[in-house]
Amino acid sequence: MEHFLNDDQKTIKGLARRIAEERILPVRAELDEKEEFPWAIMKDLAEADMFRIFIPEEYEGLGGGCLGLCLVVEELSRICSGVAVSYAASALGCFILMDYGSDAQKQQYLPDIAAGKRLTAFALTEPTAGSDASAIRTTAEKVDGGYVLNGTKQFITNGGEAEIYTVIALTDKSRGARGASAFLVEKDTPGFSFGKKEKKMGIRASSTSELVFRNCLVSEENLIGKEGMGFIMTMKLLDRSRPGIGAQALGLAQGALEATVDYARQRVQFGHPIIAQPVVQDMLADMAIHVEAARALVYAAARTVDSEVKSFTEESAMAKVFASDVAMKVATDAVQICGGAGYMKDYPIEKMMRDAKITQIYEGSNQVLRNAIAIELRKRKARTE
Amino acid sequence: MNVVVCLKQVPGTTEVKIDPQTNTLIRQGIENIINPLDSYALEEGVRIRERYGGKVTAISMGPPQAEEMLKEAISLGADGAVLLSDRDFAGADTWATAGTLAAGVRKLQQTDIVICGRQTLDGDTGQVGPEVAEMLGIPFVAYVSRIEEMAEGYIRVQRMVEDGHEIIESPLPAVITVVKEINTPRLPSLRGIAMSKRTVIPTWTAGELDIEQDKIGLAGSATRVVKIFFPQRDCQAEILQGDPESQAERLVSKLKEAGLV
Repeated sequence: MEHFLNDDQKTIKGLARRIAEERILPVRAELDEKEEFPWAIMKDLAEADMFRIFIPEEYEGLGGGCLGLCLVVEELSRICSGVAVSYAASALGCFILMDYGSDAQKQQYLPDIAAGKRLTAFALTEPTAGSDASAIRTTAEKVDGGYVLNGTKQFITNGGEAEIYTVIALTDKSRGARGASAFLVEKDTPGFSFGKKEKKMGIRASSTSELVFRNCLVSEENLIGKEGMGFIMTMKLLDRSRPGIGAQALGLAQGALEATVDYARQRVQFGHPIIAQPVVQDMLADMAIHVEAARALVYAAARTVDSEVKSFTEESAMAKVFASDVAMKVATDAVQICGGAGYMKDYPIEKMMRDAKITQIYEGSNQVLRNAIAIELRKRKARTE
Repeated sequence: MNVVVCLKQVPGTTEVKIDPQTNTLIRQGIENIINPLDSYALEEGVRIRERYGGKVTAISMGPPQAEEMLKEAISLGADGAVLLSDRDFAGADTWATAGTLAAGVRKLQQTDIVICGRQTLDGDTGQVGPEVAEMLGIPFVAYVSRIEEMAEGYIRVQRMVEDGHEIIESPLPAVITVVKEINTPRLPSLRGIAMSKRTVIPTWTAGELDIEQDKIGLAGSATRVVKIFFPQRDCQAEILQGDPESQAERLVSKLKEAGLV
C-alpha cells in the first residue's frame, strides 16, 4: 500500500531493512538463545546514523521525528524485536531530556546519544508501580549541592547496558504524583548499581534489569525541568513513544506473515502446498489485512505526534493497542499454520510468538490504554454538552 | 594520506547469460553493484583516512551509469570520486583499462596509495591492480590482508600467501590489492547517503587524460575476445540392466574399455 513516505523516509526504511537482513538475521537465533545484548548491531546502527534519526538537527541528529523512528523500529522488528526494542529504548530514554531539558543539558548529552556512543534508558517502573505510575517510592531528597536518590527500579529496558538514565523519583513524597521529578543519572555515579538481570519469555536479546539507588548523589544540573513535573513529563513521553511500540508490533507481524507465506508455499500435504487450501488462505488473508491496517494506524499516529497537534493520547494509544493485538494474533496464527515446524526452535516463528506478547503489556498495558481511550471519549462528549 | 580506490561496477550475480548473437553479457534486468572485492578496498581506504587523516577518492572507468556506483562509494565514506567515461574507452582489456586508470590517478596527483580489490566478479583476471602499478612505475603488493603501519613514504603490510603470511615493507606511493580477509565493509550511513545525493561526480573523457588514443579502449588492447561461450557438455548415460552380478561385470568391462581402471 502507498503510505506517501518521502525520499528521506524511504532511504531510512531501506537502510534499516538492509541492516536487519544483513546483520541481525544471521545472529537472531543465537542472541535469543543466549540472551545476549546485541552490542555489535548497536554499533552497526550507530555507524549507519540510526540513532541520529530521533534527535533534532541542532544536536547532531537528523530530525526524522516519530515516523522516522517508527520506520527503523518496524524494519528491525521484522527480523528481531529484541534488537528493535534495544534501539528504541535509547529514544525513550532521552525524550524527556529532548522535550524539557535545558540547552546545556541537551548539548552535554544529545550529540553522544545521536552518535550512538552512549545508549539511554527510561526508569519509571518499580515493584509497587506499573500501570499505576503514581505509586512509585524512589525518592530524591534535596541536599546541599544536589539530590540524593534512594529506591529500586525494576524491569528497566537497556538497564545495565545504557550509560544515561532518565529516572523518575519523588522530590516531595507528600504530593504523590505531583511530587515526582525527572533526573539524568549516569551509569558510573556512586550509589547507583544494577540488580537482577531478568530472564524473559521473549525479546531476549534485550536487557531488562533492576536499578538500585543507595544514597546516590546527583547534582542540581541533573534535574530535568522543574521539580514536581516528573509525572506529567512521563505521561507526555509515553504518548509520544507508544507509536514506536506499535511499530515494533507491526514489524514483528510483518515478519511473521512473510515467514508463514514462505512456509505455506513450500509445505506440501495431500499433494499440494498448504497455501492452496482455502482454510489456510483465509487465515493468511486476515493476517495480511490486519498487518496493513496496523501499518496505516501506526504511521498515522506517528505523523500526528510529528504534527502541530498538542495532545495525542488517544491516537498513540490506539496505534499501540491495535498493532500489538495484531502482532499477537498474527504470530499465534503463524505458529498454527506452520504447525509442528512453527512450534520448533529451528524456525523463527515460535520466537515471534514469544516476542509478540510483551507489546500488549509494556508502555501501558492494552487494558489500561483502552481505559485511557474511553476516558478521552467521555471527556470529549462532556465538553460538547 | 591521499588514497585512491579503484572500483568497477559489475553485474550483481554470477548467474549471467550470454547473448549467443553478440557474445556479450545480457545485462538487462540485472542489478549492478560495486565489485565485491573492491568494496573491501574502499573500506580499507576509509579506515586509512580515519586513522591517518587525508582523503579518499574513488575512481572508475566505465559507462555513464557507473556514476551511481561512485555515489554509493560516497555514501560508504569516500570523500570524492571521478568517473573515466568515453566511448573510446569501450572494449578495453585489462591492459588498456589499467592504462586509463593510471592516467586518471596521475591526473589526481599526490596520491600516496592506490587500493584495488584482488580481482573482479566478472572479468576475474586479477591483472588490473598490478598493471596500474607497472604503468605508474611504483611498487606493488598483492593479496594484502592487513595494513600494519603507514607513515610518510612508508607502508608495512601483511599479505596472504599459500602457506601463511608475509610481512612486506614498501615505499609509498604504491599500489596494493586486498583480499576479503582485510576487513568487514561497513554499510552506508544516512548522512553518507545524503552527501552522495548532493555530490556531483566529475566525468573525465579521453581528451582530458594524458594518454594516447592508441593506448585506450579496443585499439589499446593487447588481447581480443574472439568468442564467449558456455562449454559444451556431452553427457551420455547408459543404464545397465540385469541382476547385480552381471551389472557389476559389465560395469567393470566398460570401465576397462574406457581405460579408466
